[in-house]
Amino acid sequence: MIAEAGHYALVLALGLALIQSIVPLIGARLRDDALMNVARSTALAQLLFVGASFIALVMLHVASDFSVANVYENSHSMKPLLYKITGVWGNHEGSMLLWVSILALFGGLVAAFGNNLPLSLRAHVLAVQAWIASAFYLFILVTSNPFLRIANPPIEGRDLNPVLQDIGLAVHPPMLYLGYVGFSISFSFAIAALLEGRIDAAWARWVRPWTLVAWIFLTLGIAMGSYWAYYELGWGGWWFWDPVENASLMPWLAGTALLHSALVMEKRNALKVWTILLSILTFSLSLLGTFLVRSGVITSVHAFATDPTRGVFILLILCLFIGGSLSLFAGRATSLKQGGLFAPISREGALVLNNLLLTVACAVVLFGTLYPLAMEMLADFKMSVGAPFYNLTFAPLFTLLLLAVPFGPLLAWKRGDLLGVTQRLLAAGVSGLVVAAMVWGWARGGSALAPLAIGLGIFVITGAVTDIVERTGLVRLPFATALHRARGLPRSAWGSAFAHAGLGIALIGIVCETTWNSEYIATMKQNDVAHVAGYDVKLDGLFQRQGPNFREMIAEFNVSQDGETLSVMTPSKRSFTTRGSSTTEAALLTRGASQLYLSLGDATAEGAIAVRIYHKPLVLLIWWGPVLMAFGGVLSLSDRRLRVGAPKPARAKQRLQPAE
Amino acid sequence: MTRKQRRMTIIGGSLAVLALAAALVLNALRDSIVFFSTPTMVAEKHVAPGKRFRLGGLVQPGSLQRGDNLAVTFEVADGGAKLPVAFKGILPDLFREGQGVVAEGALDADGVFKADTVLAKHDETYMPKEVADALKKQGHWKDDYGAKASDGVKPAATTAQGNPQGAVR
Repeated sequence: MIAEAGHYALVLALGLALIQSIVPLIGARLRDDALMNVARSTALAQLLFVGASFIALVMLHVASDFSVANVYENSHSMKPLLYKITGVWGNHEGSMLLWVSILALFGGLVAAFGNNLPLSLRAHVLAVQAWIASAFYLFILVTSNPFLRIANPPIEGRDLNPVLQDIGLAVHPPMLYLGYVGFSISFSFAIAALLEGRIDAAWARWVRPWTLVAWIFLTLGIAMGSYWAYYELGWGGWWFWDPVENASLMPWLAGTALLHSALVMEKRNALKVWTILLSILTFSLSLLGTFLVRSGVITSVHAFATDPTRGVFILLILCLFIGGSLSLFAGRATSLKQGGLFAPISREGALVLNNLLLTVACAVVLFGTLYPLAMEMLADFKMSVGAPFYNLTFAPLFTLLLLAVPFGPLLAWKRGDLLGVTQRLLAAGVSGLVVAAMVWGWARGGSALAPLAIGLGIFVITGAVTDIVERTGLVRLPFATALHRARGLPRSAWGSAFAHAGLGIALIGIVCETTWNSEYIATMKQNDVAHVAGYDVKLDGLFQRQGPNFREMIAEFNVSQDGETLSVMTPSKRSFTTRGSSTTEAALLTRGASQLYLSLGDATAEGAIAVRIYHKPLVLLIWWGPVLMAFGGVLSLSDRRLRVGAPKPARAKQRLQPAE
Repeated sequence: MTRKQRRMTIIGGSLAVLALAAALVLNALRDSIVFFSTPTMVAEKHVAPGKRFRLGGLVQPGSLQRGDNLAVTFEVADGGAKLPVAFKGILPDLFREGQGVVAEGALDADGVFKADTVLAKHDETYMPKEVADALKKQGHWKDDYGAKASDGVKPAATTAQGNPQGAVR
């Protein structure tokens, strides 16, 4: 009964989406307010019905109703409640339902909080949202219905893939989808602007908060996914340049560019056409990511099931939306008026450079992701493009970007003074070089690349600090005045400083982990001691334990440093009988930002066990960086000028605000 | 600066960055791409020792031997040819004889494939896509490879479940 109700609600949502796709546009044509307002009610009703459908699926999973194929294939009655719920999106059908639910959520938010939007703009935006929604409802109903019943219900389910039975599944996919799907809003706004043939600075003011929300979630989602892979897969890798990871990185790069170009558009009314194009590209890359992950053209942890009809269906959606929107862009973009002029050396110029480097880096990742697929299709040979390719291409481009990052916020709008900015960044540059030299000396020579990269990270961080110091006059003015000015500084200025510093912090973490990571792999017997990076790791013994739906073998290690016991670490190996598969549960010991990482291999007949021990210096900085970036985003979002629905500031007040 | 000059500066800058990216990509494509081969392809093409590639196939039953200090040797077969593989380290959780495997490394002078990475996937029904395609192409594909866990109730369309990649270095 619940399954049928969920299915029915989904069909109703499709019906509502179809109405929302057409009626508001007719209303906009006829300038009929009532018809345009249909969009608002249908968007909210759609959210209600998809929400009901999603809750129905959650209830089926919680109740372990194995007469539903989706529950049977991905659940088990003994599975802990948390994983019964998260298992809802731990499979193809459920994750697509989550995707459309989040799409409906964003549509509903625009409908509910978009009261200050011009009526026809809101009607257009919601109609475009409904086009996307209709396509995906159809996709779910036709090829991946999660509510299908089995004729002869089995007694027990096949259980969820053990690797997914982790708290990471509760956080990573919803976060990532909030990011992916959140970019649909800027896409809809872009298409609406093209349809209306009108765009102004106010447009950017509406789009920027939505883009920022999506960007924050995507940043956190990617970081979370990376940390999850790091501790769950048992060999301490945190980024594999796997096509699926690239699929999430590409919208992030394009979205970051969009965030910055929308800034130019909002403040200076320039780069309009480019911002529109970026909005389209960012969401297109999100769709491409969905296609890569969901179609089965690549095998990975994220590709749940391979069914050719699904791939073809998503490819059709992809072609329809990307092709359609780019054609519309080509036809209409020239009609948009060009705005504000600026000199190449200026804040705008710096943001153009930022956009250029980000989009080119994104194009490089796109090339690396699609090249093997294209070669397989055209030339019929298989190959893989891995880390070495990206180290040679992506890394140099990003280095250039990071070198430019501290200059951007310090340059003035319209016409900047590069020499003056360089002088103000002198302290930051010198501190970067000093740190690089110190690290090089500490590492006793070796490659100069790693110390220089750390120096670059320090330069980016101190550059962000310099920006705040300059704005508040911390050194020049009395402390009390500086404090007063700091309080008056717009939150978005703090936001960009935090986000940029986060970039530097992540870079330092990445460099330290990859350069000075020490690894120890051996077979250990009871009371054997391994010496890794100054730690003594002693195997105390092996134990067996029965979990809810698995058996596990736990190894107990005593970790000490200079004879002083620090902790007991208990990595384990779980075997899941239902699926006949096993997972490696690593044990982590955090010391500052560094971690000691233990994971188990196979046990031998003589009671010895293969053990992998890693010491990962400053590894946590890799994820603290993105968290800081997201925090910067939240600060920027809370800036009163950006708050959704905030009234425009009075002109006089605007003039008094410090330049940003 | 006139409007035209400003525009030219921006276009020139863009072209410079694009040219840089293209140069980087072309340079990287020369030596950082890893090709995929099966034992039959290796036998036919005479791959030079030291050239890195990915080897895919089935682990030959009965060929797995464990030596001292986590050294292992096994054979990878694809129905047409066999290739001995040497590896040092911990094998992935679901590495089994008779199952599909992908290893990355290079041949040494004696024709033994020295692997530094062994990839296997955490699933009972797993068959790496590359291996499955290669076997199908050579006509050695058996239908039961893909459907081992089918227990009668289940529709056969969704046998390849989530396949997390575990790799060992």
